[in-house]
Amino acid sequence: MEVPILKQGDVLIATFQAALSDADLNQLRSGLVQKVVKFRSRGVIVDVTAMDVMDSFASRTLREITHMIRLRGADTVIVGIQPEVALAMVQLGLTLEGVATALDLEEGLAYLNQKFATMH
Amino acid sequence: MAQREILRDAGLGNDRATELTRSDVASELLRELVAHLRQNRTQLREEWVTRISETRLLTAMTKDEIFAEATSVYDSYVEALETETFEALQAYARNLSERIIPRGVETHEVVGIVLLLRDVLARSLFAKYQTDFKKLNRILDAYEPAANRIANTVAVGFVQERERVIRQQQEAIRELSTPVLQVRERLLILPIIGVIDPQRARQLTEQLLRGIRTNRAKVVVIDITGVAAMDATVANHLVQTVEASRLLGADVIVTGLSPEIAQTLVTIGIDLGKMNTVGDLQGGIEQAERLLGYKVTTLAEQR
Repeated sequence: MEVPILKQGDVLIATFQAALSDADLNQLRSGLVQKVVKFRSRGVIVDVTAMDVMDSFASRTLREITHMIRLRGADTVIVGIQPEVALAMVQLGLTLEGVATALDLEEGLAYLNQKFATMH
Repeated sequence: MAQREILRDAGLGNDRATELTRSDVASELLRELVAHLRQNRTQLREEWVTRISETRLLTAMTKDEIFAEATSVYDSYVEALETETFEALQAYARNLSERIIPRGVETHEVVGIVLLLRDVLARSLFAKYQTDFKKLNRILDAYEPAANRIANTVAVGFVQERERVIRQQQEAIRELSTPVLQVRERLLILPIIGVIDPQRARQLTEQLLRGIRTNRAKVVVIDITGVAAMDATVANHLVQTVEASRLLGADVIVTGLSPEIAQTLVTIGIDLGKMNTVGDLQGGIEQAERLLGYKVTTLAEQR
């Protein structure tokens, strides 16, 4: 199942569905990296609220997305990690180092807007 | 006399007959035994109580109390032997435990007094049947398994009651000990007091993560001033808590680390880059306010 990527002003929003295959994740990565320059976006939000499991591949892909988008000149924030998922992730050592995280979509937008404001 | 005849017959019969009648013989013997115990109730009970005070068991109770309890235990004991059912005794043991546990009676004392009673009764049987060794043997064959089962029942009842009390208290402590408090909009504090075991650490983490989500917190101050020491497992759990909170978008400030805990954290070599620590709770709250963009001033300064 492909992940829809929505454009909202300066920001791209990708919302994960519950079950994503590794191929879907790869597709999302290339889609985001392409569109961030195409739409001249300054920020990307990846919403993982619906995910009840986060394996090492998904976690690595999220980190790669963040770093690649940084190289393409925009900021990424991961939002909506569930408490149980967060606990399971740190126990597996998947701590998403160097990746910005926020509670939900609203917080993510607030984070990016603040970031944009300080860049001016 | 007639009883004795029956027993002798059974004893002399062939193996098959012995098989068939063994349980009958055993209950016959138990009946005789119970009659003996009833007959000598006063004397045996007194001897038991004397033995209890001689061995300095149940020191938390007065002599009268011991005598009263001994009487009920004795009667329940005899009843259990007679009916060969242990439910009533079990219920009594539980009830007794409920009463004496708060007074500090230890497991070894309860086991000790039941074993003493077993010994006292066995001695009285030796005295009664000293002229008839075979009979004594048979009586003991019937008595010992039942007596052991009784001792077992009482001891298990006591230990179970104790465990129940401990579980109840643990639960109470757990419920009391994990408050997640909001001190400002988007700022939570989690004061931790007492000993942290892995189970409690896990519970704290879960509660904090839930608190972060429901209060939409951005900064959390975990104050561990009240924690004297923690082992490597729990320290690692603390680090995990910090990381998991960050995944929910909240920054964590840890305050009040004791020198011992600082030592532990250094020894296990945790990544201090991930940990934001401040000396005391006040400093932690001040830093959290700065992170959230608050500026606290006195009214005089404002003017």
